[in-house]
Amino acid sequence: MLQVDWKYVRASRSLRTGCPRSQQMLELRNITKRFANVLANDNVNIVVKPGTIHAIVGENGAGKSTAMRIAYGFYKADSGEILIDGQVRNISTPHDAIALGVGMVHQHFMLVETMTVAENIVLGAEPGNAVALDLGKASAEIQKLSAEFKLAVNPNAVVEHLSVGQQQRVELLKALYRHARLLILDEPTAVLTPQEVEEFFAILRRMREQGKTVVIITHKLSEVLAISDEVTVMRDGKVVGQVQTKETNAAELARLMVGREVLLRVEKPDADIGVTQLSVKHLSVTHADGTKRLDNVSFEVHKGEILGIAGVEGNGQTELIEALAGLVPASQLSGEVRLEGRDVTRLDARARREIGIAHIPEDRHRRGLLLDFSLTENSILGVHYRDALVSYAGVFLNDKAIRKRADQIIAGFDVRPANQDLPARALSGGNQQKLIIGREFDLQPKLLLVSQPTRGVDIGAIEFIHRKLVALRDDGCAVLLISAELEEVTALSDRLLIIHEGRIVGDVDPKVATIEEIGLLMTGSSKH
Amino acid sequence: MSELFSVALFWSTIRLSTPLILAALGGMFSERAGVINIALEGMMLAGAFTAAAVTHAVGNPFVGLAAGMAAGALIAAIHAVACISYKADQVVTGTAINILMIGMPAFLSGAFFLSSGSTPQLPKEDLIPWTPIVIAFALVPIAWYVLYKTPFGLRLRSVGENPEAADAAGVSVARMKYAGVLLSGALAGIGGAYLSIGQSSLFTRNMTSGRGFIALAALIFGKWRPVQTLLACLLFGFTEAVSIQMQGVVKLPSGEDIPVQFIQMVPYLLTIIVLAGFIGSSRPPQALGIPYQKER
Amino acid sequence: MIFLRQLLFPLIAVIAAFIVGGILILIIGDNPIEAYRLLLGSALSWPDGIGYTLFYATPLIFTGLAVLVAFRCGLLNIGAEGQLYVAAFATAWVGISFANMTAWILLPLCFLAAILAGGVWGAIPGILKARFGSHEVINTIMLNFVAVALCSYFTQYHYKNPGPIMETTAIGGGAHIARLGRFVPGLPERIPVNVAFLLALLCCLLVYLFLWRTKWGYELRATGTNPTAAAYGGISIRKQIIIAMTISGSLAGMVGINEVLGYRYRYYDGFSDNYGFTGIAVALLGRNHPVGVVVAALLFAVLQRGGIHVDGFSEYVTKDIVQVLQGTIILFVAAEAFFSGSFNRFGLLKRAKV
Repeated sequence: MLQVDWKYVRASRSLRTGCPRSQQMLELRNITKRFANVLANDNVNIVVKPGTIHAIVGENGAGKSTAMRIAYGFYKADSGEILIDGQVRNISTPHDAIALGVGMVHQHFMLVETMTVAENIVLGAEPGNAVALDLGKASAEIQKLSAEFKLAVNPNAVVEHLSVGQQQRVELLKALYRHARLLILDEPTAVLTPQEVEEFFAILRRMREQGKTVVIITHKLSEVLAISDEVTVMRDGKVVGQVQTKETNAAELARLMVGREVLLRVEKPDADIGVTQLSVKHLSVTHADGTKRLDNVSFEVHKGEILGIAGVEGNGQTELIEALAGLVPASQLSGEVRLEGRDVTRLDARARREIGIAHIPEDRHRRGLLLDFSLTENSILGVHYRDALVSYAGVFLNDKAIRKRADQIIAGFDVRPANQDLPARALSGGNQQKLIIGREFDLQPKLLLVSQPTRGVDIGAIEFIHRKLVALRDDGCAVLLISAELEEVTALSDRLLIIHEGRIVGDVDPKVATIEEIGLLMTGSSKH
Repeated sequence: MSELFSVALFWSTIRLSTPLILAALGGMFSERAGVINIALEGMMLAGAFTAAAVTHAVGNPFVGLAAGMAAGALIAAIHAVACISYKADQVVTGTAINILMIGMPAFLSGAFFLSSGSTPQLPKEDLIPWTPIVIAFALVPIAWYVLYKTPFGLRLRSVGENPEAADAAGVSVARMKYAGVLLSGALAGIGGAYLSIGQSSLFTRNMTSGRGFIALAALIFGKWRPVQTLLACLLFGFTEAVSIQMQGVVKLPSGEDIPVQFIQMVPYLLTIIVLAGFIGSSRPPQALGIPYQKER
Repeated sequence: MIFLRQLLFPLIAVIAAFIVGGILILIIGDNPIEAYRLLLGSALSWPDGIGYTLFYATPLIFTGLAVLVAFRCGLLNIGAEGQLYVAAFATAWVGISFANMTAWILLPLCFLAAILAGGVWGAIPGILKARFGSHEVINTIMLNFVAVALCSYFTQYHYKNPGPIMETTAIGGGAHIARLGRFVPGLPERIPVNVAFLLALLCCLLVYLFLWRTKWGYELRATGTNPTAAAYGGISIRKQIIIAMTISGSLAGMVGINEVLGYRYRYYDGFSDNYGFTGIAVALLGRNHPVGVVVAALLFAVLQRGGIHVDGFSEYVTKDIVQVLQGTIILFVAAEAFFSGSFNRFGLLKRAKV
């Protein structure tokens, strides 16, 4: 009864296998992924056409990396399908993805530092047979690829001796060596200077010319517009738009990313700038490996002022904050730090907190919280020894006083759920951040060091945190703010310094300076 | 002093180094794959007991040697399952295996041979005093080649240094770790077998008496590299040979005695000194001891 | 629920280990029920069973606490064995050297010797880690052997009691501590359980108060759970590592009080029955909590006591079954995921999982 039109079947099959160009390179269908209590990907659908550069944009925590890590087999989706060349594929390990021609360069490079470039590139796809590793053959092939894509790197160099830019090239070569047709790049420009970014984009265009498909994950809109053919926008784990790059503009993308008109102008009165609170003179940090992370930095922060520091991540911001907080070993420090005229350069972290320096660290999980400890126990970190919190000969913790203090912080900063005995781990990112901010504000600091205050925090909490920072400023505190979000740092700061390769390269008025101007300084390309 | 360097002492050093070399090279495969192996002692005991018991039953020491190797690997499999599949703490698991293996062979000896924890004496023709020595010394270049010149070695090392990178490159981290740990058990098993059916002629309770730990010390002293580890084993074997030969009366040229206990301490003190970085820099595999866990 | 979960897994681990042991006993052709009756039953008799069980539990409480304190600071002290040897010898040394002093001076001196010597031996790997970053596990293993060799040297060459046994001469009478039989009616004084057992219980309380009720304990635990955050909170990680290892060593050292001042009244070479290593099992099984440590120490003491009876009264099973059980228990406790995984598969513990 059933008539099968074989001609049609054959034709459709040849369409599927014979001419893959007409197929989509990569398609994610209804991908959902949940981590513990976070819905990282919620029914995500993405289509990537072959031979294009496809950007995936979104704020931190929007689920971009998760979606692409699923495509690469690094994570397993809870539900949904992955299609490569138009066919549903079972990709449960990176091995599967590699076999299908998918390569990925992760935000944190996946390189074995103690091994050579060649060893890293061939790892998992070794030339030669099981009993003999043919690194000579590999080197030749690597050199050929290097020449073809203009990715100069010495195959015999040990990875840990390479610069970040060179390591990125190794990662690209790794994917190309495996004959990747689709390259997924996770925030590739975060570690690059603007010149390097230009160079990098040239490499990507060359790859496109050679018929490769590129997916680039980023949250920088200027880059999206500069390099991509098509854009997928994600927000809160969902895809909220997929558009042709030439048919859109930065404002539209920003609106999609944030979910409302971007009006990141913080309502704040003019600063009532007082006397110098913090003065930093010729501060340098030399890391244990001998590299200079902070180079002869001098500036002042006044009472009642928010001083912002803008820069590409990894240009010495972390070292600056940690040096001021007393977390850098004295042996790595040189220069002078004064608070209210008093030399505090040699004081350790506790002594600095004692004289009124509070610190909201950039990485709340690593630095700011004891995740397995209760909210109560977290609320006393750094002040646990103070007279007000101990009783009986100054040794035993005073449970009542501690709970009262924790209560105040939780109520005052709207930490939810407001259960003191919950481990900090059980809180969402925003509430964890509010707990830290509450704890540090409670010190009534003279100087607040604050780094990435709203990273991975939901919109509502961002506004709350911004208001609190401005209020602290208006109370006469000096605030030193570092943020990777240029919009945040320009909106909040009363004065803005730009840092590049450990040096202060610019000092601008954020009300006057344009983003382009600041961006140029961040690249170190123009001296102010 | 001249008696220190006699021919007898040379052979004694070779004999005493053999179990150390086997166990230390085994430990190298495990630790290079990122799994701490303080259970070498237990794995050696398993090998020693099994080799003696099987040789007694079968009458063929080569079968006994193979059985000892298998027993070592079996114990290693317990370590591997607990540490790799169930992410147990590697040091704790190693300690558990060591305690278990103090009891188990003695328990089985007691039951099977109605003894107080030893196996029956084997006849001289059932012993293999030379084979394990040959295996041990031949293994050094082989281990070097495997580690540095084969895809297997490259993957094994990558897993111990940066498992996430290996995973991203399509290497199965768990499989490589299993391979490393099982190899370590097999080699330690041979090392143990040598003690019972090579060096002596029976298994006695706790007969390794800390050799697994000396092997671990040699591995660290040798900075996790095959040739240096061999040299460390020879050094430690030599100190043991001296302490046995001199029976506690090593005379200094000045006429003073060196108590044997001080010679026994040498390997351990040297290891502590090396680990503190006094003799060159020593860098363990970077992911040593850290279970590989990623959100899935 | 969380509390129940805390109790549940150690319990399951113990039961599972007994099942494994039972299968082994069946394999060698003996009756597991009978063997276990001997193993567990003998510990409950009065006065010998209970007396000896408490005596065996004493060193295990000390070493369990030692491992616990280090663990709460994120360190694994597998050097309790060496620490207790050094401490025991130091105790004996003081007891011998100042044998003629009155008890009022000699006893505190001996206590101090045990605590200090153990503390110093524990501090060494702590300092090595804090100063050079070398791993405490390897260093403690190495120091165990050094400790044994050192004590053996001093015993053999300087303080040897004439005769074939490797032991020192006796300590002064003033350094003896009372056996519990002196206070407890019905408990004969030949049973060596002594005041050190009460000291062990007191130490449990002190360790609890220290870790969870003082600012110092807070600093130690903060370092253990997240060292970088602790440093941010103005806590010196290096200092905490040294403090934790010193306290840990001191606790292990107090085994010397039980052994030398309350039992043999001299240093006996090789006296420790793996107390240091069993301490790891005790701490783990006791979930690194002082109360848990007491319970776990008692359990292992019961096994140790029972082992002797098994040896004597069963045909094939020897006391070595005790070590087999101990090892298996630690394995199961360490690989907790083994159970939680299979339980979750059956949906039994879904709610308990936070």
